[in-house]
Amino acid sequence: MNTYITILIGSLLVNNFVMNKFLGICPFLGVSKKFDTALGMGMAVTFVMTAASFVTWLVNTFLLLPFNLAYMQTIAYILVIAVLVQIVEMALKKLSPSLYQALGVYLPLITTNCAVLGVAILNTDEGYNLMESTFNGFCAALGFTLAMVLFACIREKLSLAKMPKWMDGFPGALITAGLMAIAFQGFGGLI
Amino acid sequence: MAKNKKPTFLSVFLNGLIFENPTFALMLGMCPTLAITIAGSNGLGMGLATTAVLVCSNLLISILRHVIPDKVRIPAFIVVIASFVTMIDLLLKAYIPALSASLGMYIPLIVVNCIIFARAESFAFKNPPLLSIADGLGMGLGFTAAITLLSVIREVLGTGKFFGVMVMPASYQPMAIMTQVPGGFVTLGILLILVNAISSLAKKKAAEKEVQA
Repeated sequence: MNTYITILIGSLLVNNFVMNKFLGICPFLGVSKKFDTALGMGMAVTFVMTAASFVTWLVNTFLLLPFNLAYMQTIAYILVIAVLVQIVEMALKKLSPSLYQALGVYLPLITTNCAVLGVAILNTDEGYNLMESTFNGFCAALGFTLAMVLFACIREKLSLAKMPKWMDGFPGALITAGLMAIAFQGFGGLI
Repeated sequence: MAKNKKPTFLSVFLNGLIFENPTFALMLGMCPTLAITIAGSNGLGMGLATTAVLVCSNLLISILRHVIPDKVRIPAFIVVIASFVTMIDLLLKAYIPALSASLGMYIPLIVVNCIIFARAESFAFKNPPLLSIADGLGMGLGFTAAITLLSVIREVLGTGKFFGVMVMPASYQPMAIMTQVPGGFVTLGILLILVNAISSLAKKKAAEKEVQA
């Protein structure tokens, strides 16, 4: 049980993917202008990351390791992720057209979100078992969603403020993210 | 730049290196830009590894651009890019193990570097091989220059070292935060403000010149 609590606090707060590992920065900066889209993206990524952790563990344990193909890891994982994203897209289209509409263009973009491939590689490096991998994927994705939603809330307020011309847009967002990262460093002593 | 002229090797190369610099103008590939730029050697190594992958994948995708069906181009790109990244990963592990260790999981993550993907989709898939190589070289070296600059700033301020050699006086108190996460965000933010300022001043100058002429 202890392992799971450590994974939860570790992945959610201390080693937050966005704020500590710099994974998933593109969507973090790109789709964080509005609260709704940030939350939608976070939910889609949560699903894909959890599923990807589960499937890549199976692929690694039952395909790559028995056949001595560990060097094919990158190719195998990215293909698994691309296929998963495609399946999620098709399933959502059939089962919940409204959610599919809401996520729209963000769905295919998840393939190139480095947080997804990142969590798969991290799970393998850490040597987690199937349950731990899946749980770690889920927690890391929750951490991603948390950082993204918080950042979107700040940016919604910030868009009303008057900013110096050269600081408008990306530079301002980056400096805001820097301040947020300082706040997240406060979690450092938790584990 | 030469928008209406026919693109040449040099114009495409310079376009990637300066005018459409992937880091400062297109804002692509942010994850490695922020994550590994804590030491000059890291930045240079990451930049060159990415450049190698980018040139190879641009070349291959450009050669295959009439063979790959439009509908399955994304999976095809992914396989091409992932193969080259795997090669680079294995080469680095064998010949420069120190760099490989300090870049860690960020080498396999070159696969999902959006610069490579974006160039495959928006340039290599539509242009002949030679121009695609120029684009890959320009974009890659532009990326290398940008992240090396960022790494050097963070390394000098954060540890007082330049490519591992002490350059600051002994009394200098290193700002540890520069090599940590917040330092990455803030340094890039400040660099972008400078880039914005310089490019808007340059545009103003150019406009004044046109008025005078």
